[in-house]
Amino acid sequence: MRLPFVIAHLVTTGLGPIYDGISHIFMSPDDLVPIIAIALLAGLNGPAAARSALFALTGAWLIGGILGLFMAAPLFPATSPLISFLLLGSLTALDRRLSPRAVAALAVAVGLLHGWLNGVSLAGVQREGIGLAGITSAAFVIVALVSALVVSLRPAWARMAVRVAGSWVAAIGLLMLGWSLRVTPA
Amino acid sequence: MTPSLGVRFLVVMMLVLAGIEPVLAHEQTGAARGFLTGFLHPLSGLDHVVAMIAVGLWGAQLGPPALWMLPVTFPMVMAVGGFLGLMGVTLPGVEIGIALSALLLGVLVASEARPSLLIAASLVGFFAIFHGHAHGTELPPGQSGLAYSIGFVVATGLLHGVGIAIGVVHRWRAGRVALRVAGAAVAVAGVAFLWGAVA
Repeated sequence: MRLPFVIAHLVTTGLGPIYDGISHIFMSPDDLVPIIAIALLAGLNGPAAARSALFALTGAWLIGGILGLFMAAPLFPATSPLISFLLLGSLTALDRRLSPRAVAALAVAVGLLHGWLNGVSLAGVQREGIGLAGITSAAFVIVALVSALVVSLRPAWARMAVRVAGSWVAAIGLLMLGWSLRVTPA
Repeated sequence: MTPSLGVRFLVVMMLVLAGIEPVLAHEQTGAARGFLTGFLHPLSGLDHVVAMIAVGLWGAQLGPPALWMLPVTFPMVMAVGGFLGLMGVTLPGVEIGIALSALLLGVLVASEARPSLLIAASLVGFFAIFHGHAHGTELPPGQSGLAYSIGFVVATGLLHGVGIAIGVVHRWRAGRVALRVAGAAVAVAGVAFLWGAVA
């Protein structure tokens, strides 16, 4: 069973599958928010962590997408994307110091999970797999820009603002967990 | 003076985001409406608005690290309240709790109280549960829960930002007095909310 919000909002731009993939990221908060969150977390942990996350996330996203495309099956539990929100948001809000390797591991996990779900969605509606190239390209650009911005922040208040943003992501994740578990009155 | 790279980046991003809004509205009507509903919902309740701004004002009075710790604490604990509401867990006296939050936060700002960071964060967190429980779960049918949650959390955070921005006046003597007067006004509003909740 898949949550309604997890189902990819596959966009048709009329410009081809690559642009459809790029547009998908910017119009799907369930993918966009975790990408921004990993970029914020990586940026807070310094340039080495940001560089690791940049390549780990996009590489894993592409691999996960290809796997999902060719082995479309409900491999992950329905609430799994919420883990990205909760984990990345909480770590950012708490400003946990992580090694570049740990940040890369998180990025790989997030990339595989969301990439897999994208691949399964693409296969489900028989869209061209090349759209994954657009999705991962957009993710690469977002992580590069956001993490570089965070790395460049020097004032304490600016870094705290990043932590506040992390707390927002965690809060959204917790609310989404509530929505997914909510029992609708008959 | 030449703007810094970060400022220029933020300006460009804002322009880009402003440009894609119409496309978003056409592509996912439910999501766009959900975001707007969630964003406007906290702004539509004066009790929520007053209390959120008071959190920012109090943070500004307390200064760092409370200035930022309160806005970090509030949304996370507020989401716990929303989660409890969505799970069907009933909280006794939610409206009274919200009214008391405005009253107490107003008194704290008016008296320029300076408890420890732990106590301040605990107090704000305690009231956040009521706000999340009451306001975080009112999603109209057919709208995106994710978009609603994003709008709700962002609007609440921005209200904190408004309070913090107003609190900048705390660096001046007249500003400190003005903040205390504002706190008294919030407390009076809290009394009115409390009257409405128990009457």
